[in-house]
Amino acid sequence: MHPAFSVIFLTTLIGVGQGLFLALFTAQLYRLTGLLEHDPGTLFYQYGSLLALCFLALGLFSSVFHLGRPERAWRTASRWRSSWLSREVIALPLTMVTIALYALLHYLGLTQPLITIGEDFSLDPTLIAGTVATVMVFSLFICTSMIYAAVRFIQQWHTPLTVLNFTLFGIASGFMVAALLAAWMENGLVSFFGGWAVVATTLALFGRSAALYRNHKLRGKSSLQSAIGVRHTIVTQKAMGFVGDSFNTREFFHHRSPRTVTAVRNGFLLLLFPLPLLLLTPSLVGGGSLELLLAAFGSQYLGLLAERWYFFAEAKHPQNLYYQTRS
Amino acid sequence: MTQLALVIDLNVCVGCHACVTSCKEWNTSGWAGPMSDHNPYDADPSGTFFNRVQTYEFGSYPNTETVHFPKSCLHCEEPPCVPVCPTGASYKREDNGVVLVDYDKCIGCKYCSWACPYGAREFDEKQRVMKKCTLCIDRISDTQLPESERKPACVLACPTSARLFGDVHDPDSEVSVAIREQGGYPLMPEWGTNPGNHYLPRRKIRLHIHEDELVRVNNPLQKEEIVPIDSGDTIDDVAW
Ligand code: SF4
Ligand code: SF4
Repeated sequence: MHPAFSVIFLTTLIGVGQGLFLALFTAQLYRLTGLLEHDPGTLFYQYGSLLALCFLALGLFSSVFHLGRPERAWRTASRWRSSWLSREVIALPLTMVTIALYALLHYLGLTQPLITIGEDFSLDPTLIAGTVATVMVFSLFICTSMIYAAVRFIQQWHTPLTVLNFTLFGIASGFMVAALLAAWMENGLVSFFGGWAVVATTLALFGRSAALYRNHKLRGKSSLQSAIGVRHTIVTQKAMGFVGDSFNTREFFHHRSPRTVTAVRNGFLLLLFPLPLLLLTPSLVGGGSLELLLAAFGSQYLGLLAERWYFFAEAKHPQNLYYQTRS
Repeated sequence: MTQLALVIDLNVCVGCHACVTSCKEWNTSGWAGPMSDHNPYDADPSGTFFNRVQTYEFGSYPNTETVHFPKSCLHCEEPPCVPVCPTGASYKREDNGVVLVDYDKCIGCKYCSWACPYGAREFDEKQRVMKKCTLCIDRISDTQLPESERKPACVLACPTSARLFGDVHDPDSEVSVAIREQGGYPLMPEWGTNPGNHYLPRRKIRLHIHEDELVRVNNPLQKEEIVPIDSGDTIDDVAW
């Protein structure tokens, strides 16, 4: 498939935004149960939510470039019963609204408990809004990744690993940003968020490796024989019906050499996993600096872009069988 | 239920592209048009087509055979391209099974093209919406036209009658009989899309010509016999 930058930015940016929100809410839950000694402070929740909203808005903005007729985008909400794309279009703004509500409640300081259960569990409005937003964030992860995982013809995508990896990558990069924000606000939570970022990044490494291995072993369900219905072991295409190019040759091929594709894969394996972890380690053990954390996130985000590019490049559409020879 | 579709005889198709040009001509000037082109008379021409004719060769030299393969939307009975459309622009007509795109609703997200295993949909770069074969819906449903012309442009244009058109659900239609009696098959059956369009396979044609059919051994009809003239006096014999 042709890697479109609009979609690469959309999926990676909203992933960061979603992960960042999950990081904020995780911290709040930890505080609630008394497992976290430092209080992140209400300002942290506000800034964090705003930053998450910025990432989501940037993603939404870049998605517009993928549409031929963005002015009709409002129509996309109509087929949520059958289309994952439609569901994503509904889930994305809803997620943004619930996160904005979460930020607003923190800004208004509505953190007095509504009900208190036992000694240390108290339910306040931000907690309710945060729970709703968390549900929305996970629904959005599912909707976004199912757009790809639901296309059964693209066998490389048609696996639960796609959903798992989109989610893990979002969480890993989001916690990374949370660590960065915590370092900037000096609230002593760098190692908390950093620690979770390490866990998520490691899990993502396993998930992505599994997908790479699976796709390496994958055999195409269709062949040129089934595509044109000629039962002969040797079939070659002599002409695809035109001399130039067409939508079919542009949309479904990446037009890059196998060497470039391999280089991108090796690049993302390096930028996405070991490098950010290395850059993150000093901050976990007490040293570290804002610059190092920024570099860690920068490396991971670049890696994410490369990973998403490769995600498209490695996907093989059966229609490509019909477009193999230009003459 | 009716399922209109094409049956394409690969044994007959000569790869002349008459269906491609007639399709473009009819549809670019009609309801589905324009089907825009980019650099049509220049280097790297490209454009929107509903129908393409491809050429394949099978076997290895010298035992090869060429097959010309016209390719367009197959109007699947279980069209995977329809449910994925977020706007409802892609739909399958209840009354005749034709799969269509509403160009006024399409947002050009291209998701439907990913969900078609055959690459039958093409995005129009000028109009910025998705397009595909309509089975000339504006022709076949035009009751002003004489019955014999209510067929897709490609079917009417084909000089070898390699393209048949009709209802594949009607067991007595020309297309159903052809599928049944000449081994009609669908493309990529492994995906369960259940295409309406079918293809008729290449067949070995063996001519049995006997020696005596090549060499004239006698003249059974006596055609070239010199007819003896004994019809009495001619006008030349008449003495003046
Ligand atoms: S051939 Fe492709 S575009 Fe046509 S109905 Fe089938 S899946 Fe849809
Ligand atoms: S490109 Fe148009 S027809 Fe295709 S899925 Fe998107 S909105 Fe529907």
